[in-house]
Amino acid sequence: MIEEGKEKVWKDYQKEIAEDNYFYARSCIRQNFFPGSEVAFLRILKELGKNLFDDPRHTTCTGIAYHSDIVPFDTTMTVVARHFALMTEAGLKNFVPSCITSFGIYTEVLELWRHHPEIEQKIKENLLKATGRTFEKPENLAHSSDIIYKFRNEIANKSKYRLVNKETGKPLRVVEHIGCHYSKMFPEKGVGGAEYPLVLTGMVQAWGGEVIDYPERRQCCGFGFRQYIVQANRGYSVACSKKKFESMAPYKPDLILTNCPGCPYFLDRWQYVVSEMEGVTYGENNGGIPVFTYEELAGMVLGYNPWDLGLQLHQVPVEPVLDKIGVQYKKEDKYKGVNGKDLGRPESPSCLKI
Amino acid sequence: MGKITDLLFKDIHVEDGLSACINCGTCTAICPAAGFYHYSPREIVDTVQSKNELKIIDLLKSEQIWYCGECMSCKTRCPRNNTPGMIIIALRSLSQELGYFTESEKGRQQLAVKRIIGEAILNKGYCVHIDQIETGLHPEQGPVWDWFKENVEQVHERLGTAYKKNTAGVMRNIAQEDLDELDKIFEVTGAHDRFRKIEEFSKQKARDLRIEFDKGIDEYFLHVYQSNCGKHY
Ligand code: SF4
Ligand code: SF4
Repeated sequence: MIEEGKEKVWKDYQKEIAEDNYFYARSCIRQNFFPGSEVAFLRILKELGKNLFDDPRHTTCTGIAYHSDIVPFDTTMTVVARHFALMTEAGLKNFVPSCITSFGIYTEVLELWRHHPEIEQKIKENLLKATGRTFEKPENLAHSSDIIYKFRNEIANKSKYRLVNKETGKPLRVVEHIGCHYSKMFPEKGVGGAEYPLVLTGMVQAWGGEVIDYPERRQCCGFGFRQYIVQANRGYSVACSKKKFESMAPYKPDLILTNCPGCPYFLDRWQYVVSEMEGVTYGENNGGIPVFTYEELAGMVLGYNPWDLGLQLHQVPVEPVLDKIGVQYKKEDKYKGVNGKDLGRPESPSCLKI
Repeated sequence: MGKITDLLFKDIHVEDGLSACINCGTCTAICPAAGFYHYSPREIVDTVQSKNELKIIDLLKSEQIWYCGECMSCKTRCPRNNTPGMIIIALRSLSQELGYFTESEKGRQQLAVKRIIGEAILNKGYCVHIDQIETGLHPEQGPVWDWFKENVEQVHERLGTAYKKNTAGVMRNIAQEDLDELDKIFEVTGAHDRFRKIEEFSKQKARDLRIEFDKGIDEYFLHVYQSNCGKHY
């Protein structure tokens, strides 16, 4: 598609993103697998002077249970309503989930209630009966990647590094991977829509990189809920990711950037699994293609210590990206605890170079 | 309309997710599950809209309805704005309500999903929790996960999280009163009821198959979690 056409699509899908005062809804998957990312998100917003409320009473939204079909939709909607109640009690109106599955569910629930006020009424009664709580719906719903997108230029202005190869002066080549539930269900609720989502592309461009277009760009990472949770089904999950790796590899990406908490986990770990099963790797010199969350990438350009961001928890090492950009970091600190305490190091995979 | 078809069409996911499918096959073309399994969302939608009671009962007992990954890629492209993935949610709900899910290998897996995800939610307030994830059942986690688990407290401390703390923050403990609220919501909205049905129907099936059935990671759990007849593709 020619650039002009793309810009037109993007203009049609410009969603409103609140300026400040956010109620933060944490992600189960992100907290478990990328704990440094949510820490970084709060740090970035603090540095931008934004107000965010982090409520310890917030729980899972039950999204994974809903999409693996073990709980009725009424249950999920009532848990969503409880989270809206916590936001209301905090005096806030801007709801910011960290999870894409959650974001999809909040969007779906709000759309459904708009068309079916009787369902909203029933859920209000459920919530009152179960918890004694009442709620107002949010005025603004934005995923946490929308927030980073909104402030991408402010982040660029404060940045210490750019997504540029310091040797060649060329922009880093980035694969952007959008979580399916970000905009495939409700394209108008995602920045740029479903075909040309701008949310990650905007960050990459603002920070100096270049986005790669490739055939399987919109293919799912393969989470598939029950397709990953149950061991007998995991072939589905790894096959979906493999289809993507094979499609993107000829374009020689320097890194993969994601906005869903699940995708970076799968795109990272399935590279390891494919390397163990078939001896195949997709990056340079028998390495993998490093995968980042948008919080990690933002933190990296802002000059945060990579090991404070939790980049040591990736199975595919991120050092090739740090080295290309020229990030100053201490290799020997990668597996250290507080005060430099030595925590040993993970065993090496049999094939994937680390 | 037959009784079961009637129940299916009462589900909001069918009411909102299906309006006159034109059998164009666009959903099947875009569907990641169709690229991997012997599966076609177009066929599923067509069977549902036929309102043929016997065919719908067959579908509820089939392997097919469990192949979908609920990615909702089909929603974006359907010219009729249908959502086959949402119709799947309705079919799976009904299959569990009626106990038909134990008739298929993939359907029987719901017991494992309930015990992993359902119990993590009620016990921890998270849909998954690091304390419950081991490379034994999750070898794909790789050696980095073993290292993380061996040093979990120190690594979390290094990252400045709230792991195991009773404060706000990443991986904090969810307080008992909040877990109690979740539990109450589950009771009021039918999730506990569904959990009981999944356990009861699975127990009956385990008896038929002569596999030991208890709780947690028992023999039946491992059977449904690991069995793959290899004929799904
Ligand atoms: S894309 Fe829509 S109209 Fe076409 S077969 Fe699928 S559900 Fe039917
Ligand atoms: S939601 Fe299911 S049917 Fe629709 S594209 Fe995804 S896997 Fe296929």
